[in-house]
Amino acid sequence: MVHQFKNNGYNIVLDVNSGMIHVVDDLAYDIIEMYETHDRGSIISAMVEKYTKPEYMRLIREQERAAGDDSLTEGEKDFCDDVEALIRQIKEVLEDVEQLKKDGALFSKDIYEEYIRDFKQRSTVVKALCLHIAHDCNLACKYCFAEEGEYKGHRELMSFEVGKKALDFLIKNSGNRKNLEVDFFGGEPLMNWQVVKDLVAYGREQEQLHNKKFRFTLTTNGLLLNDEVMEFVNREMSNVVLSIDGRKEVNDRMRPSRNGKGSYELILPKFQKLADSRNQTNYYVRGTFTHNNLDFSEDVKHLADLGFKQISVEPVVAMPEDSYAITEEDLPKLFEEYDRLAKLMLEYQKEGTDFNFFHFMLDLSGGPCVAKRLSGCGSGTEYLAVTPWGDLYPCHQFVGIPEFLMGNVEEGVKTTDLREEFKQCNVYSKEKCRNCFAKFYCSGGCAANSYKFHNDINVAYDIGCALHMKRVECAIMLKAAAAQE
Amino acid sequence: MKHIKTLNTRNLKESMKKGGCGECQTSCQSACKTSCTVGNQSCENK
Repeated sequence: MVHQFKNNGYNIVLDVNSGMIHVVDDLAYDIIEMYETHDRGSIISAMVEKYTKPEYMRLIREQERAAGDDSLTEGEKDFCDDVEALIRQIKEVLEDVEQLKKDGALFSKDIYEEYIRDFKQRSTVVKALCLHIAHDCNLACKYCFAEEGEYKGHRELMSFEVGKKALDFLIKNSGNRKNLEVDFFGGEPLMNWQVVKDLVAYGREQEQLHNKKFRFTLTTNGLLLNDEVMEFVNREMSNVVLSIDGRKEVNDRMRPSRNGKGSYELILPKFQKLADSRNQTNYYVRGTFTHNNLDFSEDVKHLADLGFKQISVEPVVAMPEDSYAITEEDLPKLFEEYDRLAKLMLEYQKEGTDFNFFHFMLDLSGGPCVAKRLSGCGSGTEYLAVTPWGDLYPCHQFVGIPEFLMGNVEEGVKTTDLREEFKQCNVYSKEKCRNCFAKFYCSGGCAANSYKFHNDINVAYDIGCALHMKRVECAIMLKAAAAQE
Repeated sequence: MKHIKTLNTRNLKESMKKGGCGECQTSCQSACKTSCTVGNQSCENK
């Protein structure tokens, strides 16, 4: 399976199943497009027809009619030389394509389905928890899937005892995995800061005893960030996610505080200070764009101009009845915005003010293995969310939906049939993903989004897919541009 | 090759040999929380 596209002047050929990426000229682009469906003769004829000028084509036909007559004019001789040179080039491309095919770098087959099925049969270990340290929030963001922190439930903070049991549960169920991840999430986790600090201390103690390594992360709206928090975060957290949507008016429209005032002025200086104190690494400023700011590349630009180097701005996931939801009609505009953003990044690179955009980052030479790429995000199996009172859900987005309650930190996972359903959820269990070129970059998409839109974790969310595909194309274009430098 | 430049990419098939150790970061934990992005993650077992 091959995916071809043109972006920002680059002709790109992605061999989907090997992941190999080729940047090609126009002739090779056209030949590859025909290669598997046409014979050699038809490809040569089609290319000669396309790449020779119409007036020359008339001459060819005249020559054919006058077969046997070799009295050519000078112009006709030049033309014949041009066509011969073109045919030589077409043959060169055909040989190159054949070689790449032999090398498994073009038109390679999908040989992974059985492999992933076997891989998924392995015993389940848990390696990551999203700890809902506070089902409470000091902002009232309009698009919040957690419904201002309450997750369809009531306000509650996680106790140290519950958090401790969660870490014990993680260690106990992690098998041979050394690296364990714990994200302090909410609501707003800084509203329960002492428990965060106590749990980090407990985790550090336990990792020594069990030969594990905890990677703690924090997702915060920033209102309660202060020097003490920053110092602790910089010492203990491998990553921090700082929520801000971009331009002041955009941020404040969707991220007001409880009294209705915007949060931008309060959080921005704190985020800038924290990002600098982390040497502009191991953090993301993370925003959400909605139908209200389809020109979101301006928000990314705004964040970059403020000095942030690690930026993630993502589409809102909202139901069509929400006024701010992204709709199918928004897609062409959003595709343009991603293209604009990619070009902006190239400009900033040239000026030495480059920044990373999370969804355009691709690690081509050292990226994840195919097992990781095809097996999904791990929700419901190796990744679980823990509520303030210790209940387990497949991920943070399923919290509060009764049929997805999986167990609790004391008794562990009790609904093994649900776990099995999530375990089997992968690229090959989703019909829409099988023939999608982006399947190795999204691993089948988000199960929570699938459930939200289709009531089925195995049916992909189409708008999310369309945007993801576009992001993958832009990311590859940026790699092509970097290779040309 | 004159007409085709291949970027320096790890062939996914090669990654079957010693892949699947599971030590890498959970995709949702890194920044997104509302989508699933794996292409930008790094392998811990190169």
